[in-house]
Order: sequence, then C-alpha cells, then structure tokens
Amino acid sequence: MKRLAVFCLACAFVVLTGGALIELGPAAIDLRGQVAAQLAASGVSHPVTAVLLNFRGYDTLLEVAVLLIALLAILAVTDKPPAAPVPAHPLLQAVARGATPAMILVAVYLLWAGAHRPGGAFQAGAVLAAAAVLLHLVGLLPGWGAPGLRLRLGLTAGFALFLALAAALLSQGALLQYPPAAAGTLILVIEAGLTVSLGLILAGLFLFLSRDEGGET
Amino acid sequence: MMVLVFDGLLACALLWSAWRALATPRLDRAIVFFIAFGLLMSLAWARLSAPDIALAEAAIGAGLTGALLLDAYGAISRRKGGK
Repeated sequence: MKRLAVFCLACAFVVLTGGALIELGPAAIDLRGQVAAQLAASGVSHPVTAVLLNFRGYDTLLEVAVLLIALLAILAVTDKPPAAPVPAHPLLQAVARGATPAMILVAVYLLWAGAHRPGGAFQAGAVLAAAAVLLHLVGLLPGWGAPGLRLRLGLTAGFALFLALAAALLSQGALLQYPPAAAGTLILVIEAGLTVSLGLILAGLFLFLSRDEGGET
Repeated sequence: MMVLVFDGLLACALLWSAWRALATPRLDRAIVFFIAFGLLMSLAWARLSAPDIALAEAAIGAGLTGALLLDAYGAISRRKGGK
C-alpha cells in the first residue's frame, strides 16, 4: 500500500515536471544577442570560449582555483609514499606508449581549436590527464609522492599566470578586461598555461591517490 | 524519422543506464554502467548541439571519473582481500 502511494506520487511528480518543462516560457534574460554582438571584440570567434575566457573570465579563474584547492586537500590527507608501479602486459604497455603521443597531439589541437570551434583548455587538460592515467595504469608512470619544486610550479603555473595577467590588466578598469587588439593572444596564453596545469591537477587527483599498498593491477 | 528513433533510443538508454548504475548490487558493474551513462550523456549533449559540454563530459565525466571510481573500487577490494 505504501509502495503504491509512493509510486503514484512519483508518477504524478514526473508528469507535473514534464508538463512544466513543455510549457516553459521564453528565458527571462537572453544573452545570446549580446554575446553575438560583442564577439568581434573578444579576440576569439567561438562564443563559448569568448564567454569562458573573456566575458566571464572571473568565473573560470575561480574554477581553476577550486580545482587547485581540491588537489591541495588531497595532498593534505595522503602521506604514504607511492607504491612501486606493477608493469602490465607488454602489449598493453606498447599500446599505451603508442597512444600517448597521439593524445598529446589531440590536447594541443583542442587547445588551438578552442579559439574558433568547440575545444579549449579544460578539454585539452582532461586529455593530457587521461594520457598520464593511462601510462600509470600500465605501470610506466609511477604514482606521485610529495610534489617537488618542478611539479609544484607546474600545478600552480596556470592559475598564477591567469592571476598575474588579471592583476596586470587591472589598469584597463575592470578585472580581466583585455584590450581588444591583444585579446586573442592573451586568451591563447592563458589557455596554454591552464592546459598544462589542469592536465597536471586532474592527473594528480589520480596519481597522488594511488598510494595504496599492493600497487595497481 | 531515423533521427527521432535514435533520439528516443538514446533517451531510453540514458534512463536505463542511470537506473542500473544506481540499482545494481555489485559495485564494479555499477561503475561500468556509470561510465556507459557518461558516454551516452556526451552523445546526448552532442545531439543537443552542445559539443563543448559533450567533449567535457566524455573526457572528465566518463573518462577521469570512471578511472577514479575503478581505482577506488580496486583499493577497496584489495583491502578487503588482504584482511
């Protein structure tokens, strides 16, 4: 009896939500026109990249900071040294070795394509991180212990670069307001830094955590 | 017509894989269903003409999160097996 009541309530909820979705009025704020009108001044021709890196660059800056803080939290709770890598089957290792250059190439392409078509720093960084995770899983790349100076610099470089550019551009009047002539170059520089750092951060989420005794299988 | 059939199948597969990921008693199968759900979701984003989100979903949602979940599952089962 109770189950039937829950089922009826759930069905009613689904029907009501579906009805509300179908009868959805036009959005109260339509920003598409504004974005399209300002696209020429943004330095890139892909509206999503223009919004993420130019019109709402502040949001992206804080997103990167959030990822960095998540990694710092992981570093704070793991203290065991990394387990020795267990080599996988040679065939798997050969496949991973063969795939890695292609994945790096795809990451660079995504970074470059971000200016005028779907792509960008987050996707490129995720592909880089996936390459590192793949190498780690076949036993070619050991898990990371306490990060050395170079790794620390790599992890923070993207955020630091973004922050430094934001500070340098404060004279323009608003945070992250690029001069239109240099906007394209600035966005590419920021995205390149973000790609490297996000790749390391996302890979670090995996590689710093793989310190379990017994190693990988 | 074909497009409509494909979209309908995609929506059903999404719901089904989401339900299986939540309801499967075995953790490893639930993780595999979660990864499949992520891939179907990125297809759905691509069909909704949002290729940016589709790329991010495929790379982060299905790829990295799936790998992290599988790694966590491996660690849990090793710890159980060791004791």
